[in-house]
Amino acid sequence: MTSMASKNIILHYPRKLIEQPVISNLVKKYDLTINISRARIGQDEEGTMVIEISGEADNLDNGLRYLKEIGVTFKLISKVIKRVEKRCTHCSACTVVCPSGALVIEDRSSMEVLFIEEKCTGCGLCIQACPYKAMEMHE
Amino acid sequence: MAKSIEEINEKIRKKKACVLTAEEIIPLVEEKGYTEVAREVDVVTTGTFSPMCSSGAFLNFGHSKPRMKIQKAWLNGVAAYGGLAACDVYIGATEIPDDDPANKIHPGRFSYGGGHVIEDLIAGREVSLKALSYGTDCYPRRELETSVRLADLNQAYLTNPRNAYQNYNVAVNLSNRVIYTYLGILQPKMGNANYSSAGQFSPLLNDPYLRTIGIGTKIFLGGGVGYVFWEGTQHNPTVPRSEGGVPLEGAGTLSLTGDMKTMSNRYIRGVSMLGYGASLAVGIGVPIPIIDEEMVKFVSVRDDGLYAPVVDYSDAYPNLEGGIIARVSYSELKSGSVSIRGRKVSTGSLSSYPMAVEIAETLKKWIEKGKFLLTQKVASLPDMDSGQTFKSMRMTVDDEVST
Repeated sequence: MTSMASKNIILHYPRKLIEQPVISNLVKKYDLTINISRARIGQDEEGTMVIEISGEADNLDNGLRYLKEIGVTFKLISKVIKRVEKRCTHCSACTVVCPSGALVIEDRSSMEVLFIEEKCTGCGLCIQACPYKAMEMHE
Repeated sequence: MAKSIEEINEKIRKKKACVLTAEEIIPLVEEKGYTEVAREVDVVTTGTFSPMCSSGAFLNFGHSKPRMKIQKAWLNGVAAYGGLAACDVYIGATEIPDDDPANKIHPGRFSYGGGHVIEDLIAGREVSLKALSYGTDCYPRRELETSVRLADLNQAYLTNPRNAYQNYNVAVNLSNRVIYTYLGILQPKMGNANYSSAGQFSPLLNDPYLRTIGIGTKIFLGGGVGYVFWEGTQHNPTVPRSEGGVPLEGAGTLSLTGDMKTMSNRYIRGVSMLGYGASLAVGIGVPIPIIDEEMVKFVSVRDDGLYAPVVDYSDAYPNLEGGIIARVSYSELKSGSVSIRGRKVSTGSLSSYPMAVEIAETLKKWIEKGKFLLTQKVASLPDMDSGQTFKSMRMTVDDEVST
């Protein structure tokens, strides 16, 4: 039996695939669980979707390979949302809007705000909540 | 035994002063007691870093050729007040560009405003200046377009009518929709509680009766040196206090000024509050001279002995209805959640505790190195006996009658 695995990724659909049941195939053919946190079709008619994709490790690898084969590019969300460290003042305006616990204070004596990239689901709520524009999205 | 400011300054000059931060003093007092600590310690440094809307700067550009009596002025598109002498203006932190959509598409982003102009100047960046006037015989120029830098200005004084609030509200939202306030984004049905004070590090919470802080007090301001020049607007010394004398609500405030040319954009930063507006975050550090045992008692105040009022920002606050839902301690606020009406509510802070610590430690180093001497206040700010309160506006036309 293989181990379970999970990844938060952002998908980029080329125009020709917008009407294809890509997510449905990941569920049916590869037995993966998909949690969609954001989806849109941009002005250039390219689609982006932010998902948490999880299942058995082998299935996850096969599913990601399927995406590559049909021309859907993707990258890990932890590479999408960035914190510009010198702009962050470690107030905690972001921690109360972050739904995934990626922006969090763990040490309650230093009160330093951590950005745990692996937990980030790429929802982008922190970007507008930060008074200092410390959070950026690089899709 | 009492110590004078001059005695403390003599030790600072000799680099023999004992200086601790407002956090470091706490375990020392627990270990040694008030009398011993009053003898050993000379200065306690405090700090705070938070958005402070009542901030701005007086700027003097020097005269253009030919001369101009600047009437209307814009810095990077943000209006500055020109109703002063020829080339003086005041730029306010919350001013936004004339063409900013503000909250027309709600919530507005307010990505650039007066606070950002001040930050850009302090960072040494070029800022565009446009100005208009009606022209006079002595000041004939009617239009001006140039760019300015801080180094080229004759004077640039950060001048804040109200800062360093002694305690402040904790904001919650009792409504069913998300609201956007100067205390940040508030989730519906009390989804979060936001506060904005450095608690045990906050300057005026360490000197609750303003015994040592008054007009003329020299401080750390924005990375440089500044002074208290008056009571702050809305200064209200007559609010309810705890047994230890600490105000239980927003109370004392300070008017501050300092030379922007000595400041750093690490400690002065433009602020964009979603759905609310632009502002300026200001770093302030105030040294508290340990003149006697009573001051040791005051500076050893801890987060678990400091309480803030919880207020509903969906109704009570905007409608000036008053009404405090609960009082919570800063140790609870800093723990990440507070209990309000029997519910656990997660907390966020607009005030940066790590920056407050950094400022108090920086000021401590300045004093230890003999670079920063303390001042004796030249006049006290209105105290509890003044009877001074924070009044609401006189309304000569009743809205309900007029509509």
